[in-house]
Amino acid sequence: MWEKQMAQDNSRDQPKAAMAQSASAESGHAGGIIRGPKDFWTGVIYVLFGGLAFWIARDYGFGSASRMGPGYFPSVLGALLVLIGVISLVRSFIVPAEPLGAFAIKGGFLIILATVLFGLLVNRAGLIIALLALVLVSAAASEKFRFDWKATLGLIVLIAFCALVFVKGLGVPMPLIGTWFGE
Amino acid sequence: MDIISNLWLGLQTAASATNLLYCLLGVFLGTAIGVLPGLGPVATIAMLLPVTFGLPPISALIMLAGIYYGAQYGGSTTAILVNLPGESSSVVTALDGYQMARQGQAGKALATAAIGSFFAGTVCTLLIALFSPPLAEVALSFGPAEYFSLMVLGLVASIVLAHGSLLHALGMIIFGLILGLVGTDVNSGVARYSFGLPELADGINFVVVAMGVFGLGEIIGNLEHEASRTVMLKKVTGLMPAKEDWMRIIGPILRGTALGAVLGILPGGGAMLASFSAYALEKKVAKPAVPFGKGAIEGVAAPEAANNAGAQTSFIPMLTLGIPSNPVMALMIGAMIIQGIQPGPSVMTEQPALFWGLIASMWIGNLMLLVLNLPLIGLWVKMISVPYHLLYPAIIVFCAIGVFSLSNTEMDVYFMAGFGLLGYIFRKIDAEPAPMLLGFILGPMMEEFLRRALLLSKGSPMVLVTRPISATMLALALLALIAVLTPALQKKREQAFHEEE
Repeated sequence: MWEKQMAQDNSRDQPKAAMAQSASAESGHAGGIIRGPKDFWTGVIYVLFGGLAFWIARDYGFGSASRMGPGYFPSVLGALLVLIGVISLVRSFIVPAEPLGAFAIKGGFLIILATVLFGLLVNRAGLIIALLALVLVSAAASEKFRFDWKATLGLIVLIAFCALVFVKGLGVPMPLIGTWFGE
Repeated sequence: MDIISNLWLGLQTAASATNLLYCLLGVFLGTAIGVLPGLGPVATIAMLLPVTFGLPPISALIMLAGIYYGAQYGGSTTAILVNLPGESSSVVTALDGYQMARQGQAGKALATAAIGSFFAGTVCTLLIALFSPPLAEVALSFGPAEYFSLMVLGLVASIVLAHGSLLHALGMIIFGLILGLVGTDVNSGVARYSFGLPELADGINFVVVAMGVFGLGEIIGNLEHEASRTVMLKKVTGLMPAKEDWMRIIGPILRGTALGAVLGILPGGGAMLASFSAYALEKKVAKPAVPFGKGAIEGVAAPEAANNAGAQTSFIPMLTLGIPSNPVMALMIGAMIIQGIQPGPSVMTEQPALFWGLIASMWIGNLMLLVLNLPLIGLWVKMISVPYHLLYPAIIVFCAIGVFSLSNTEMDVYFMAGFGLLGYIFRKIDAEPAPMLLGFILGPMMEEFLRRALLLSKGSPMVLVTRPISATMLALALLALIAVLTPALQKKREQAFHEEE
């Protein structure tokens, strides 16, 4: 991660190195007129988020400088973020940089899904089932995870630990058995 | 001498049986989780934060501080033993530390790291005790204009000191500032950006953001390349440095401490910049015969002293001004607010036992690290050896339960999932998430101070430049921005972060 960032920064100062990099960038999947895909997507995120913040803040009452309304600060910040996003977009067409690299789509999806499942299940099905779902779904994200006796034992110990420490010990109000199975 | 009576009061507070116990627990848990690769201090503290909610404020803060330096030390242990720095400030330690471990000197490297850290911790605890009171006194005279300008200076400095692209650091700060505004506006009562969700009326909890971005985001990132790692050795022997080793590490430790203490006060990646600069400095001043990168003990001593010094002195702006200089301090401020303490210069006068107790506990915590960690090294090696694919589901479990317990609502768990995805995307596009967390914490404060300043000045923004202290800080911020944009300094900045090659 370090080297990548340094490479990106260096490319701004040293046109020669930058040229060498642009060749590798274009041989990657990020060819075409977008020369710095990282700058490009960062710019897109900034413009969208800043624009949305600005758009919504119109309803909040801008006020005046002496009496800042609830919309004053968000509007200014939203506009600033859009500006930075635009600069980043412009830069992405001018300054070449390395491609984004592959996304861990499967891993990312399963991790997020596991977390959401926990949220959905913890009150309804109870902590035990929610933890089972969380661990099994998130573990599927790894290519190395094997569901052997060691993992099973670990899972049982983990659930018992959580039930004892968090529910019994620290008193976090999570039902062990949820509302789906009766009170 | 005020300072002695103050420290005495602090020692009495910190040395009570319960507080000693929480300090020990914090240091132990911090190290245990900090040694796990891929878990830095921010994620560690965020994960353990809910555990401290039920404690009295002083015990909670002592435990959190213990977790912080425990996690730092744990990161160094992992860096030395497996060449996998758990956090960015121990990247440099891995350079020579891992080489020492390969040459069978793991014990010596670990001991050097511990001794360097302890020395730096001791010196910097004294520095905090010396400099906090006068600084807090100055801060008491600050009006809203000064506070606003100070925060601007802090945020600008964190851009300058962050590694990577300046533009993106700036963008991430503003991104964080906007996120921080979610929730009910204190003045008008308008619920901003809440999309009609009652859970958003009080804003997004910073723990949710930190755990999502630094916890889940990191895990997804790690799953991209599931490298198997091998622990260098099962048994670490030969802990004590020999006499000639002592001679070699004294200089680096002293220089590292001095450098780290100064850099730690600055906002941004204080501890990280400290360790990088300390390593660079040693390379400059050392004799040519010192084999840097090939297992030089100097290359472990200096950055370890520096990063611990930086970690300690970063408490100074947090304790005296209530302003976080890095994400860890942002979490500490959040913890204080949850405990019902408004961080700022008045903490010292209104809660002297808490203030001085926390400072004294830092020294005690460092001492515990020194005494505990070397004998427990076998346990840490075992923890490191747990394969990542068995580890990360457990980490997610603790994150999920921790976030749920914040306000006992499943909505927070969903938000954490969302921030996890966002954190991963930020990682992919090289947008550093640390400035975002700073902005997130400072956002509402900045708005409030600016609002008050402009209310007092009847809308004239000139108030920010006509008051001398405020003007000085804005001028400094401007200077820092100009300086970092000049080509010569930009190169220096890159070099400072480029030492590992």
